[in-house]
Amino acid sequence: MSKTDGSERASIHFSRSTAGRVKARPTGQLCAAEKATMTELAIRATSITKKFGGFTALDNVEFELQPGEIHCLAGENGCGKSTLIKIINGVYQPEPGAHFEFSGQQSVGQISPSSAKRLGIHVIWQDLALFPDLTVAENICFDSFVAHPLKGIDSQAKIEQASKTIGELGVQLDPTARVGDLSIAKRQLVAICRVIQAEARIIFMDEPTASLTQKETETLLSIVRRLSAQGISIVFVSHRLAEVLDVCERVTVLRDGKLVGTFPTEGMTQKKLSTLMTGKELDQTPRAGEVNGDRILVLKHLTRRGEYEDISFDLRKGEILGLTGLMGSGRTEIALSIFGMTKPDSGEIRLDGQEMQFKSNRDAIDAGIAYVSEDRLNLGLDQKQSIADNTAAPVLKQLSNPSFFLSPKSIRALCDTWIDKLKTKVSDPLLPVSSLSGGNQQRIVLAKWLATEPKVLVLDSPTVGVDVGAKAGIFEIIRQLADQGMAIILISDEASEIYHNTDRTLVLKEGRISRSFKTTDVSEEELEGIINA
Amino acid sequence: MNNNRFLQFFRKSSSDRLELLAMLGFLALCLAFFSVVAPRFLSPGIFRSMAYQLPELGLLTLAMFVPIISGGLNLAVTYSANICGLAAAFLVKGFLMSAGWASVPAALVVGLGVGAGVGVLVGAMVAYVGAHPILVTLGAMIFLRGLGELLTRGGDISGMPEAFNFIGHGSILGIPVPMLIFLGAAGILLYIMQYTKEGFSIYMSGSNPEAAKYSGINVNKTLMLVYGLSGAISGLAGILMLARFNSVRVGHGDSYLLITVLACFLAGANPFGGFGRVLPLVVGLMSLQVVASGMNLLGASQHLSTAIWGGFLLLVMVLRSPFLNKN
Repeated sequence: MSKTDGSERASIHFSRSTAGRVKARPTGQLCAAEKATMTELAIRATSITKKFGGFTALDNVEFELQPGEIHCLAGENGCGKSTLIKIINGVYQPEPGAHFEFSGQQSVGQISPSSAKRLGIHVIWQDLALFPDLTVAENICFDSFVAHPLKGIDSQAKIEQASKTIGELGVQLDPTARVGDLSIAKRQLVAICRVIQAEARIIFMDEPTASLTQKETETLLSIVRRLSAQGISIVFVSHRLAEVLDVCERVTVLRDGKLVGTFPTEGMTQKKLSTLMTGKELDQTPRAGEVNGDRILVLKHLTRRGEYEDISFDLRKGEILGLTGLMGSGRTEIALSIFGMTKPDSGEIRLDGQEMQFKSNRDAIDAGIAYVSEDRLNLGLDQKQSIADNTAAPVLKQLSNPSFFLSPKSIRALCDTWIDKLKTKVSDPLLPVSSLSGGNQQRIVLAKWLATEPKVLVLDSPTVGVDVGAKAGIFEIIRQLADQGMAIILISDEASEIYHNTDRTLVLKEGRISRSFKTTDVSEEELEGIINA
Repeated sequence: MNNNRFLQFFRKSSSDRLELLAMLGFLALCLAFFSVVAPRFLSPGIFRSMAYQLPELGLLTLAMFVPIISGGLNLAVTYSANICGLAAAFLVKGFLMSAGWASVPAALVVGLGVGAGVGVLVGAMVAYVGAHPILVTLGAMIFLRGLGELLTRGGDISGMPEAFNFIGHGSILGIPVPMLIFLGAAGILLYIMQYTKEGFSIYMSGSNPEAAKYSGINVNKTLMLVYGLSGAISGLAGILMLARFNSVRVGHGDSYLLITVLACFLAGANPFGGFGRVLPLVVGLMSLQVVASGMNLLGASQHLSTAIWGGFLLLVMVLRSPFLNKN
């Protein structure tokens, strides 16, 4: 069933392409390719093994991709996904014995980056690798410039060419805009246009939706579906399981460098998939939802013009309050004001019954408020500095004893304590924090803030870039903290996170609270609908 | 293979210790080389003369080091030193010619105070105006040079009380006083940078100011401290120059400016801020001095030693490259 589906899509594409790109592809070859795609796989890679020193990153893995298929590559961080992508793109060379077939025609033992490009294999990495100071058109047409370094660059032709690609894709982009001025979602579209311009047949997308809002994700997924209808195969790498199941036809799961298997997504549940990825069953039950602790944080009519308006809520000890809404709904802006980074124009923040006027986030930290930033890579941690120093950064005053002496030993002791308490996998606390995986980095962020002994912990999208198994670990810690009486605000736009981990939910829309309810009063599906409404 | 294991060993030891080991090895190599090619090199006289010459460049380098750790640069160190020396000289010549020993602490207070004051202003510009440190300190440098030349009419102010002679040329237990001042300053700086919350904040603000701010570190205050500290050390260098030459002239020591930057990078300070230690810096400075004195003893031109210093930085960059891709 799905196979005939795929070939139909392929033939649709080729009729389009004959009209659009006669110059690039002589019709004779097209017929051969067309025949091939009816029966042949786009990629068949077998016996892929890759070792780094003594570490086996991939162990005899097999990967198959059909033409026009949307395929997901799933697995926890470090399972070998990126290594596999890099091998198929010729960045890494596999151990001898590997075998590749592309469109059934060639069988080769090795691929170089340039031969991968010739075969139409492209990767859109998470950082997109665009040129922020060039225009949209220049970025889209970049590959054709490099191919002809001596040919003069005709900016009008470039804009026309880019506009055509943009039009074919049916997206809204201004070819003359500077890429650096665009939102991440738009940049993503530019990256897609660029590989389409370079005549991609197979596109690997690494975490394309990680920093997109739900709406932007929808747009992206619809484009992905359109590409697949044109016979282009898409391989998706994503931590968001709901999305994976929604858009992909099949999913290949890797665990610890080994192939777990390739499964159709029909009939697959998120729970089943995460069990396949982690190898363990994850416990996901909603919280009880009745919290009777004292009111610790009270916001009254808090307003900051252009960011949020008339925000009032209270938070009790031991409560986890979900703050949800789309990006730009004011969720992060409210958190920054609670944390003393920005000053509200009017309204009040009361902590333990006292009105607070924070001059800086230092005042907020001293008062007992901690904020885990959504941007762990740039703001949450100093990636280059050591794990120990990162843990100590917010509590320098407390660690200095006497006040003019900060001993490296006390920093080390603090770090060791928290690594132990939060069960963080750290080989050496003096290594830079960038040496840790996303999940362990997030534990260090939690450690650094828990060291300040906060009364209120604000978590802004704490699981961005953290894989399934590690996510569960992070939420286990968060729930434990609440059980010990800490008041927690959890900001997230993932319905399942909010649903399973909060007592009460506030929904923000355009800077105002649009709804407020006990989380268990709705179902997960209803919550999803409310967030995206 | 053997070579590989050798590299593995170094990769495992901490990068701080590695830099120090590298600088010590470098110093030993320089000493060994000159003791072989210049037989008179290993004599107390040579070492004494080195100990008198090193501290000026040494103090100015310490003054450059702190801003580099904070991710900036202070191009005004040499002219700050001149202005501080000038302020001290005016004070002493105007009021304290007969004060004897008391003139020295008074000069120090004024010199360090002026230096710190200028530095804090520069730091405030960097912090609150948000201009790049190179631009701010370039402006300060040209401003101070013009101001100094205006005040001295291009000439020099000379004739300090006898007590200054001791600071510039005396010795205690056989160790030259300038060297003691330099080592003392280096010790205090080492303590501030590595054993106080202020120093910690300088490193953190240097490698990622935004992350430091989110951690509750007052980055603006830290920047004012950085340039204030740099200015105060420059002031100390200015007083030392005043004592050694028994005079101040604006422009004195300006050839040291880029050498101070070179010494910092040679000793492993990260040009983007956040990394670098005081100890390797001190050892690195000593090796530079050994090269200069050794070449001088061989009768080579002073310009040749400058060329060699530059060559060293290039060589060190090459040798360091296998360790840079550590992560």
